[in-house]
Amino acid sequence: MGKVHIEIDGQKLEAEVGSMIIEVADKADIYIPRFCYHKKLSVAANCRMCMVDVANLPKAVPACATPVAEGMVIDTRSQKAINAQKAVMEFLLINHPLDCPVCDQGGECELQDLSVGYGDDVSRFTEGKRVVKDKDIGPLIATDMTRCIHCTRCVRFGQEIVGIREFGATGRGEHMEIGTYIEETVESEVSANIIDLCPVGALTAKPSQFKARAWELRQAPSIAAHDCLGSNIFVHHRRGEIIRVVPRENESINEVWLSDRDRFSYQGLTEGARLLNPRIKRNGEWEDCDWQTALNLVASEMKRIIGASNGNDFGILMGNNATTEESYLAQRMLRKAGSNNIDFRTRRRDYTGDGRGSVRSGMNFPMENLDTMDATLLIGADLRHEQPLTALRVRKSTGYGKAMAINPFDGEYNFRLSNELQPKSNMLAQEFACVLAAADALRPESLNAEAKEWLDGIEFNDEHKEIAQNLIDGEASCILMGVYVQEHPQAETINWLAETLASVTDSDWGYMTQGCNAAGNKIAGAVPCQSAAGGKSEQGKTAKEMLTEGLKGYMLVNCEPDVESIWAEQALQNLKDAEFVVALTSFADGRVPDYANVMLPIAGCYETSGTYINVEGKWQSFAAAVKAPGEARPGWKVLRVLANLLDLSGFEYESSLQVINELREKFDAVGDVRVARKVPPPMMVVNEQETNRECLGLYMVDPLVRRAGALQKTPKASTHPISISRVKTR
Amino acid sequence: MTDFNYDQTLHLKNLLSPDAIAEIDGWIKKYPPERKRPPIIAALKVVQEHNGNYLTEELMQAVAEYLDVPHIAVYEVATFYSMFHLNEVGKHVISVCNNISCSLRGADKVIEHLQNRLNIKVGETTDDGVYTIKTVECMAACGGAPMLEVDKVYHENLTEEKIDQILSDIAAVELNSKEMSNVEAKD
Repeated sequence: MGKVHIEIDGQKLEAEVGSMIIEVADKADIYIPRFCYHKKLSVAANCRMCMVDVANLPKAVPACATPVAEGMVIDTRSQKAINAQKAVMEFLLINHPLDCPVCDQGGECELQDLSVGYGDDVSRFTEGKRVVKDKDIGPLIATDMTRCIHCTRCVRFGQEIVGIREFGATGRGEHMEIGTYIEETVESEVSANIIDLCPVGALTAKPSQFKARAWELRQAPSIAAHDCLGSNIFVHHRRGEIIRVVPRENESINEVWLSDRDRFSYQGLTEGARLLNPRIKRNGEWEDCDWQTALNLVASEMKRIIGASNGNDFGILMGNNATTEESYLAQRMLRKAGSNNIDFRTRRRDYTGDGRGSVRSGMNFPMENLDTMDATLLIGADLRHEQPLTALRVRKSTGYGKAMAINPFDGEYNFRLSNELQPKSNMLAQEFACVLAAADALRPESLNAEAKEWLDGIEFNDEHKEIAQNLIDGEASCILMGVYVQEHPQAETINWLAETLASVTDSDWGYMTQGCNAAGNKIAGAVPCQSAAGGKSEQGKTAKEMLTEGLKGYMLVNCEPDVESIWAEQALQNLKDAEFVVALTSFADGRVPDYANVMLPIAGCYETSGTYINVEGKWQSFAAAVKAPGEARPGWKVLRVLANLLDLSGFEYESSLQVINELREKFDAVGDVRVARKVPPPMMVVNEQETNRECLGLYMVDPLVRRAGALQKTPKASTHPISISRVKTR
Repeated sequence: MTDFNYDQTLHLKNLLSPDAIAEIDGWIKKYPPERKRPPIIAALKVVQEHNGNYLTEELMQAVAEYLDVPHIAVYEVATFYSMFHLNEVGKHVISVCNNISCSLRGADKVIEHLQNRLNIKVGETTDDGVYTIKTVECMAACGGAPMLEVDKVYHENLTEEKIDQILSDIAAVELNSKEMSNVEAKD
């Protein structure tokens, strides 16, 4: 790409050939007003707000649609430009209602700002304004289409970014309306991004509608807690009450987007039935008590059960939102107290990989690279419902690259697949092995003797060969294994196949994991096979063993195994039968009260400081945005004090930072060591009954999301046993 | 792109005659296969003709599914062009242009006269189902403004007398066809 030299407002700038004036101006921090232009969307040039004066051109031109040329001299504030901007603003305001005082966008409205900055103070329009009937497009997005200025950002977002066009411009001229035509709920899992895109108050967030004014809010940076990306967010709160969550730009993770799940899950905190005091169950009745009493009881019961069983009969289960600090402290406490029974993988069937693989699990390449893959192979990956934003990235790559899938389910994709295989669930590994066999035939020199022997006799067809060829041909290619694979009875075999196929075809690979902190939990040592940073540990009981075989004592940290584990029914029975169950939880509802003996209120997401390690291995720490309600305390503090009560030494932490720094030091000393698998795992035949038929629903993945009212009303939410209490606790 | 829960009984092939489907397929063939949106107008015209001169949501969805485009893309086209009728209309749709040239030359008087003569408002259909008055966007006959179109014929430089003539011509055609059908019934 060549460079041209231009001048904007007297500032001499160098610009890439083909870039638009507005892009160059944005980079140089010269503001040009705009409504329809958005850096992530195609150029529409239909609002005409970005008019600038280019020397030697007779009329003002739109900066978003005018490419730069050598020697161009641009003036954004000349009389000609100002006249054009004022005229456009007058047109835009012709039909826009003057209802800013009752508009949710008031105070953070681009139209409001620009009309102050660039508009005239009087309107000459005296005729009647038009009114557009509102549409109900679901529980997440409130519409007031009379305010719409037809910038079409929402339309382009659907068409270009999501790949599912639900919005459009119907009618003509004065009668043009933006909408769905037939009143229907928007279904996409990233739909609420149009709230941010909408420059006016036509599309606003329904759950936070009329709750606060923009200028009353404070914002705290945080990390979203519902998928393994760790999207960057801002928590907006007013006097300690969370009002909403919005995306915080991070080009390498979430770009400027946010999934609906990450955006609206906060409702679980503000609307869920919160646990406000430590509680002890006495004679079947719950009684509030103070922290001292509750913790003393927990410590003595833990000592008793661990002591009596030599550590065998007590176990800790970590939930999907658990922070790395909580996991680290929990495992350290438990191991020092004499047990190794700790796990967070309540949805894993295959534990044969324990002790092998890497310290963390995740991707071996930066997520950004997904945008530019020539070939992407999905194995058991339902990206749209597992990590919605990665689906957007893969979609980007399909503009020129290929996406392929071997999914044992009828997946919903927002991009076209060049190849799709749909094996039966119990045959997923076998089907995948055919691709490796095909790759081996194409590149016979890459595999070692053991692997070749393993592949002996596996036959492949043209489709398998094409998939392998696409991976080989792609200069950049990758294999992504979804949550479904990690839950599969042959997870280890599939993981081995993927990594082996990746090495044969020179591809990257990635395990997309359940929850937001699988990597963090593993590094922290919240697994029965290794302690912190991959340290040695005697083998403890896995989540499956703890939940299906039963223990005398359980500690649940933000975990509801009766809903979220694979063995929900068995888990419920075993928890009920246990002598002692202590639940560290933010919520007082659900079935935890049925089986727990002690409930300790811990701070929820955004109420505690902590660290999540995302699927790429990025450590992202955050501070608490708001204070937890009532007597609830951050989980790490509760675990630290409990360790003290168990008379364990080395638990003198005064901040979560000390905890994470200790872990970080340990991790940096060893690094992400990978213990390679020498022998391929056995290819077993899996019974159809034993294999996984479904993953957790999009809005079922953790206790917080399950209680987020608006999300639960969307078409994508499945039914679940927890009743959502709409009782306000604060 | 397509709706996952789409009911196959609403497939376009089940809603139209084979001839009509063949006509639409002919239009699809005129464009490169990856260009899916160009045949929308043609397909809607065929469908409208086969459905008593108007479109329904069901038919528009079926067109979208058949052409493999988002539903909204079809609604956009159908609502943009005034030649598509989204509600049941009369046998003769009188489309009066009320854009700038025609308005300057008295389109409002044309509309008023029509409304008085037929005793209906714009957008309405007479009780006998014969006439509908509709205002439409520019039909590229500004030189003969004010104008209207009815039964695919342009009438330009309208005056009240001309409008009366047009209406009586339609009435005569109607009477004729009524008598014809009476005769046929007697046979």
